[in-house]
Amino acid sequence: MKALALTSFTATSCIGRGVEATLAALRERRTGLERCAFETVTLDAFVGEVAGVDEAPLPPELREYECRNNRLAQLGLVQDGFAEAVRRSAGRHGRERVGVFLGTSTSGILETELAYRRRDPASGALPAEFRYRGAHNTFSLAAFAREALKLAGPAVVISSACSSSAKVFASARRAIEAGLIDAALVGGVDSLCLTTLYGFHSLQLVSRGPCRPFDLARDGISIGEAAAFALLEPAGASLDGDAVLLLGVGESSDAYHMSAPHPEGRGARAAMLAALETAALDPSDIEYINLHGTGTPSNDEAESRAVSGVLGTQVPASSTKGATGHTLGAAGALEAVICALALRHGLMPAGVNTNEVDPALAVHYLLENRAAPLSRVMSNSFGFGGSNCCLIFGRGG
Amino acid sequence: MTALEACVDGIGLVGPGIANWPDGARMLTGETPWVRSPTRLPPLQCLPSAERRRTGAVVRLALTAGLEATERAGVDAARLPAVFTSSGGDGENCHEICQVLASADRQLSPTRFHNSVHNAAAGYWGIATGATAASNALCAYDASFGAGLLEALTQVVVEGTAVLLIAYDASYPEPMRSARPIADAFGVALVLSPKAGAASLARVVTTLGRAPADRMPDAALESLRTSIPAARSLPLLAQLARRTAGSVVLDYLDGERLTVQVRPCL
Repeated sequence: MKALALTSFTATSCIGRGVEATLAALRERRTGLERCAFETVTLDAFVGEVAGVDEAPLPPELREYECRNNRLAQLGLVQDGFAEAVRRSAGRHGRERVGVFLGTSTSGILETELAYRRRDPASGALPAEFRYRGAHNTFSLAAFAREALKLAGPAVVISSACSSSAKVFASARRAIEAGLIDAALVGGVDSLCLTTLYGFHSLQLVSRGPCRPFDLARDGISIGEAAAFALLEPAGASLDGDAVLLLGVGESSDAYHMSAPHPEGRGARAAMLAALETAALDPSDIEYINLHGTGTPSNDEAESRAVSGVLGTQVPASSTKGATGHTLGAAGALEAVICALALRHGLMPAGVNTNEVDPALAVHYLLENRAAPLSRVMSNSFGFGGSNCCLIFGRGG
Repeated sequence: MTALEACVDGIGLVGPGIANWPDGARMLTGETPWVRSPTRLPPLQCLPSAERRRTGAVVRLALTAGLEATERAGVDAARLPAVFTSSGGDGENCHEICQVLASADRQLSPTRFHNSVHNAAAGYWGIATGATAASNALCAYDASFGAGLLEALTQVVVEGTAVLLIAYDASYPEPMRSARPIADAFGVALVLSPKAGAASLARVVTTLGRAPADRMPDAALESLRTSIPAARSLPLLAQLARRTAGSVVLDYLDGERLTVQVRPCL
């Protein structure tokens, strides 16, 4: 595939607002996970909650889109001059030539959950202020971003559970390569809500402590929330060493089970091989892997089999979910931005919270940060329904 | 203006008063009148019984349309990448979850939760057919059909592969139904391929545009078109059913439409 440049990128999660704060937290190996005190949730769990989301209302002209998910989206869009970069891009290409490809699994479902508590006792009706299109519908995130940034090109939400905002890179890349658009706003936003907290709990997939990916004693995920975005544009002829490129994308389906990965990591393997093929790279070219690494016993086991099968056992790897929590529909984009920071700053971030790597998992899991110039890194994202996506990023110059 | 080109190799259709594509094609050409009656979904034989028990009507809807299209195209469903697109996914399941979460005990069923993902139909499709290629799960509110068509076409054009597009929508129960009235269940599937083959029905060339969207000449079919997001595909289906060359404009996002030129393959 033709490489695309991430001409601007940003991330906001429980470890910080914007790339400087995110990078500092990774350098300091800080986790943002705290005991769950979200809304009225009474689960024994840790969550990665972004501070101040409720205190950041949308501007009046965008009030139709009010919900926690879009507030978090707005908070994320204004960090690092990202919204400005998108506006400049729209100025260069024309606002109908900039597409919007965003991932979310939650959208504004929290608003619906709260509205169901306030149904009319007689008729059962939802409160009059319930807004379906702007808050509940899965597309609300892309509709909000498109309107907030005054874009007029194609727009879509991809909602394939925890691979959503990795897959947006693949779809945006195709739209650019097909000539449908010249640039794309890609990213993901997922926010805390009762559906995911109680839902993962019902599957007994939530740890009672902060999640410990790849640890011998790992026992489940910690749910987080995040907004992460990148602006994808064709890579120009003169790229400096600071430029971050999307080099490869690979997608696959497990065709196995709705909520459990294929035990041998069959789909994960296929996605990684496809990403290497589109990037025209060999396995030995990959210098760091940002693992999906959710921290459930079976996910990490399946992923380690897939990774060792494709890349061998020596490539340094880590999951950053011990720091950020599993941000579900935002995880792909958040970890893409972490990969971009890894490339730009020569940092392989250690997996935090993990003390003793499970010896049964055949990957070179980093327990300490490692500084080294990096030129090619890989990021894995796998979701319910067996939806897999692997992205490869590299440095320009 | 970029034009995305593909061949339509197979069509699947199920909706209110429409059992399958030949049935729908007769109504869209005016050969038989369309009479609205509740959408009837056949039982799914393709899923293992344990999985079948876990699936709701929305998954049946998507899989029914997808299976018809792949059978008519004469392609192995297991080999095709698939693009699923839906405005609301499984509204019944969403309602049940919200109801439980608003109750005192909040004990969700694990099956309800894994069925709540927007890509549930894509997941069950993989289990049913063994398709391990990429699958996508899209939403663009009322523009979901158009968004799915663009995604499928860019896959055809860029990856040079045949792709299965499945657009589907079903009603919410109350109280969500009042907030988002979707009249009934409607599913449409197209097998799109890069090169004309023995099964190809027509070549379609799609561009973004701003011309007003076509309406259905028949008032009843026009109300069907506007009352279910996936039925925004009807002008295209009608043109394909006529087996003549022509151009249609489909609703997409506010201010943007898709113009699709259709040329039958002989």
